[in-house]
Amino acid sequence: MSKREDFVSAAKRGILIKDGPYGTEIQRAKLSPEDYSAGTSLEQDQKGNNDLVNLTQPQVIRKICDSYIDAGAHILATNTFNANRISQADYGAEGLVHEINVAAARIIREAVDARTDGVPRFVAGAVGPTNKTLSLSPDVEDPGFREVSFDEIVEVYVEQGRALVEGGADFILIETVFDTLNCKAAIMAVRQLERELGRDIPVMISLTLTDLSGRNLSGHTVEAFWHTVRHAKPLTIGLNCSFGAEQLGPHVQLLSDIADTWLMAYPNAGLPNDLGEYDEVPETTAALTKVWAQNGRVNVLGGCCGSTPAHIAAMAKAVEGLSPRVLPKVPPDMHLAGLEPFALAA
Amino acid sequence: MNDLSTARFVNIGERTNVTGSARFKKLIMADDYETAVEVARDQVENGAQIIDVNMDEGLLDAEKAMTTFLKLIAAEPDIARVPVMIDSSKWDVIEAGLKCVSGKPIVNSISMKEGEEEFLAHARLCMDYGAAAVVMAFDESGQADTKARKVEICTRAYELLTGIGFPPEDIIFDPNIFAVATGIEEHDRYGLDFIEAVREIKTACPHAKTSGGLSNLSFSFRGNETVRRAMHSVFLYHAIPAGLDMAIVNAGQLDVYDQIDPQLREACEDVILMRRADATERLIELAESYKGKSAADEKAAEEWRGWDVKRRLEHALVKGIDAHVVADTEEARELVAASGGRPIEVIEGPLMDGMNVVGDLFGSGKMFLPQVVKSARVMKKAVAHLIPFIEAEKEASGLADQSKGKIVMATVKGDVHDIGKNIVGVVLQCNGYEVIDLGVMAPWQNILAAANENGADMIGLSGLITPSLDEMVTVAEEMQRAEMTMPLLIGGATTSKVHTALRIEPAYEGPVIHVLDASRAVGVASRLLSDTQRDEFVETTAAEYEKVRAAREGKGQSVLLSLEEARANFFDAYLSDKAAPPLKPGVHAFDDWDLAELRDYIDWTPFFRAWELHGNYPAILTDDVVGETARQLFDDANAMLDRIVAEKWLVAKGVAGFWPCARDGDDVTIHRVRREEHVVLPFLRQQVKKSRDRANMCLADFIDPAGDWIGGFAVGIHGIEDHSKRFIADKDDYSDILLKALADRFAEAFAERLHQHVRTDLWGYAPQEQLTNEALIKEQYRGIRPAPGYPACPDHSLKPILFDLLDAEANTGITLTENFAMYPTAAVSGFYFGHPEAEYFGVARIGRDQLEDYARRRGVDMATAERWLRPNLD
Repeated sequence: MSKREDFVSAAKRGILIKDGPYGTEIQRAKLSPEDYSAGTSLEQDQKGNNDLVNLTQPQVIRKICDSYIDAGAHILATNTFNANRISQADYGAEGLVHEINVAAARIIREAVDARTDGVPRFVAGAVGPTNKTLSLSPDVEDPGFREVSFDEIVEVYVEQGRALVEGGADFILIETVFDTLNCKAAIMAVRQLERELGRDIPVMISLTLTDLSGRNLSGHTVEAFWHTVRHAKPLTIGLNCSFGAEQLGPHVQLLSDIADTWLMAYPNAGLPNDLGEYDEVPETTAALTKVWAQNGRVNVLGGCCGSTPAHIAAMAKAVEGLSPRVLPKVPPDMHLAGLEPFALAA
Repeated sequence: MNDLSTARFVNIGERTNVTGSARFKKLIMADDYETAVEVARDQVENGAQIIDVNMDEGLLDAEKAMTTFLKLIAAEPDIARVPVMIDSSKWDVIEAGLKCVSGKPIVNSISMKEGEEEFLAHARLCMDYGAAAVVMAFDESGQADTKARKVEICTRAYELLTGIGFPPEDIIFDPNIFAVATGIEEHDRYGLDFIEAVREIKTACPHAKTSGGLSNLSFSFRGNETVRRAMHSVFLYHAIPAGLDMAIVNAGQLDVYDQIDPQLREACEDVILMRRADATERLIELAESYKGKSAADEKAAEEWRGWDVKRRLEHALVKGIDAHVVADTEEARELVAASGGRPIEVIEGPLMDGMNVVGDLFGSGKMFLPQVVKSARVMKKAVAHLIPFIEAEKEASGLADQSKGKIVMATVKGDVHDIGKNIVGVVLQCNGYEVIDLGVMAPWQNILAAANENGADMIGLSGLITPSLDEMVTVAEEMQRAEMTMPLLIGGATTSKVHTALRIEPAYEGPVIHVLDASRAVGVASRLLSDTQRDEFVETTAAEYEKVRAAREGKGQSVLLSLEEARANFFDAYLSDKAAPPLKPGVHAFDDWDLAELRDYIDWTPFFRAWELHGNYPAILTDDVVGETARQLFDDANAMLDRIVAEKWLVAKGVAGFWPCARDGDDVTIHRVRREEHVVLPFLRQQVKKSRDRANMCLADFIDPAGDWIGGFAVGIHGIEDHSKRFIADKDDYSDILLKALADRFAEAFAERLHQHVRTDLWGYAPQEQLTNEALIKEQYRGIRPAPGYPACPDHSLKPILFDLLDAEANTGITLTENFAMYPTAAVSGFYFGHPEAEYFGVARIGRDQLEDYARRRGVDMATAERWLRPNLD
């Protein structure tokens, strides 16, 4: 069976668990600037370049991955949110993009393959939004200006995606989508890669909302976003980051009703407090997300900012044995989208 | 929730198309993108659901123009909210466009013109970028002209596309609309072939859509807009039922099918449907007579345009025709000027003569309010044309105004309803009064200040909701305190002669007159300003009010039971019949209910009543007296409804919710599980002694003390403001009032439709219900939806509680004023009771004991409770 089929068969049996974030866990390892850049000839200070750690301190990443597997995660994402040419250029490390991603995927692949308990687990090669946006001009005086072109973003994603697949990623996870057009470029990149490699590369897509009314930074509503990316035939569609589970709930519900594919949600551990720290305890996150599961709204649950392996473990325990969401039947209407959805009935 | 906004037929705006719009082409060629963006904005604001962008012009770098424009409109959320159609004959331009569009666009177009390979390569790219695609009926041997070729090419394309996994619902076939009536015999079938091809393609290609560019059809009638519009409308009239889903068309260039001159319509139909051999000749011949004329008035022109200008103005005023009024007024002004007269004489002469005819006809019941409002529109336009001349003259000579009188009008503070007030204002204006309209929610300070500053002759107050009655008393008291003497006119749906006599008149020593409806306003105003009639009129009215007060005092009012006795005689509902818990509990928001559907739920009788045409629909349309006016009003309303729906002027937002509850005395207590709090809804009980064995009803009687469910809803119609502004700017009160009245009807229709949805689906206690609109209007269904502020539940102040339960402000955008009026005014809210025995009733008069009890239950002081329940106290 292909990985796509494996995933579908696991998703039909029960609610799957995705891991949590790497950033906070890496900080806990208290790495020095030297630890970060060990073995490279990079000149700039690399402290904070968490993606580089895949290459320079792989044991740190492996340990975090193991802790998420132990917590019960089935979907293990690579630590590659910023491992693209645009973001790495900030550290002068754009030359290492290929190596970082191959190494990152390899660590997770090995951690997953080391388990022989028969539990289905998958490696999701994570790609972030980059820090450039295709839909908006950075210059308010010149609304038609763009810092980067669609083709450039496609190239950036092709490079990263190729390396992730080479390192052993099963899927490409396009996450924290704040600009819908960047996401379309990522989808295009995966298409090109599929043709280049002659194989199916399933994508997972995860939107992030910037305000409670339910739009992302480029202004798309959840529904408009779904119809805009549906052509990717994503393995999962969902939401991550944004806010805590409590605020994300209505949007998960909306998406759950309209998306005829599996749904993955991984909210933050609540909203940050005045110091910017997340203090929602694992039991709270677990209880909130359990309600989604009980209402048949989700297929995959996980954590984003502020979540720890303890949050993931609490979530896994809370939804154990609950039935997964069943895919809705959607009529074959023609759907289009601007920032808002448009439908023409069949 | 947006599945309810699903469109049925889509007009695609063509004004951002350099091949379709000369103006847009000019702007792009001149590099004036800023204005070009405004064209797109106008188009969306005017209701375009999709905008077509085309930059195919030989002298342009189309790729650059396309990407520049698309990036610019992406920065405008008002424009970017709708999908884009990227339109070019060059694939490179399309692909460059696809890289700039962040939603899911339509590609227009791809075809098999260069063979299957290129066709499928383009189709695959559409799939990669995530776009729907228009597929032209074009193959290696050319464009499909016959029905057989159209169907053959489209089905072949369908098989190829679905074969590579192209989603069939994302295919839009354009089977080519060609020009008809060209004089070439082979072209005669083009219209019919297209329509028939659409029908077959839709059957042969499941889920695929069809589209066409309409302007080609009438190409041979360039320059003759009347004929072109008629052809387009007739074509769509037949193509849409055949399955046409969308068309690229200037929505403003369509006529309402029913309003096309029947002769022209028939001739167009003959051509398009190829009904007779000489169809083309006949249409060409007929077209001659429409050359250079606008659509609406060509027929009337023949009859009255030849008359002298004075008679033409009178005719225009009486018939409410505004098409030529500016030119005719100018002609009259020039005539007057030539004989040494002043511009004001045009108003005092022919225009006022015309309006006097209107006034006489109205006064004798031969003209009706809708016609008068139309006449007023004509008058306003004429006067607006003359004002600059009059001003210039005034400046030169220092002459003063000569209006019959000045009236300050306002809807009082806390109230937002203004249809009635506007009608009265218009009627007064067309009778020569100057109206200073303070709009809605006017506090007494502003009303008094405006009256004083403008040297007004009287003040007119309007209000619809019960708390406005008290506000009117406040205005009267303040006028008294300010020692004013000018007359105070009272009008509006909740006002009455009794209330005016009992409450308002005693508060103010100046004349206070209740004006029953708009038709009385002029009579009242003219008598109040007449030297000879004023005193007598004021005295008779005061005497009449004195009589009302005396009668009220002495009259044996109906006997009230004590609250305790009334409670003992409660309505003993058969509680085991109570409705089952809702199938879908919780709160359900609908952010854009389909207006086309709501249209079918409109109850027309109250619409006619708003225009002071009394009688039931549909009988009113054939009424001997008002039938003709009613029919005309009905036609105008439907024409506007066509546009409201097609161009999406309005947005219907609503919310419904259900909560577990229990009856507790006359309260219904809602237990909100998630919030761990109780919400108490105190209801009022009838206290008037009943005959025989009838109960003293209270809404709480329909709820089981052992546990039950109650629902609530709020619906509102948004979006009239911009159109209203446009009408006002155009001095078109008629359309403005029409729009407001229709928005009200939509709100009621939505309330009816939502209640039905609640009964059959959300609450679901009557899933099998099948009722006609007549049956709905007669409320032949189970359960009721009483509204706060109406007879069964007279306290408006329950609205904030209801709104809080529904989160109605967030879910529907409806806000409440301090006196609990809803804004937008086209809004309805209420509670749902599902018990089969639940019925509407009026609480009517209540006793002091219940008032005290209610104040306690409601947690407010007596004065507040008294204010809220004023109409139920005496």
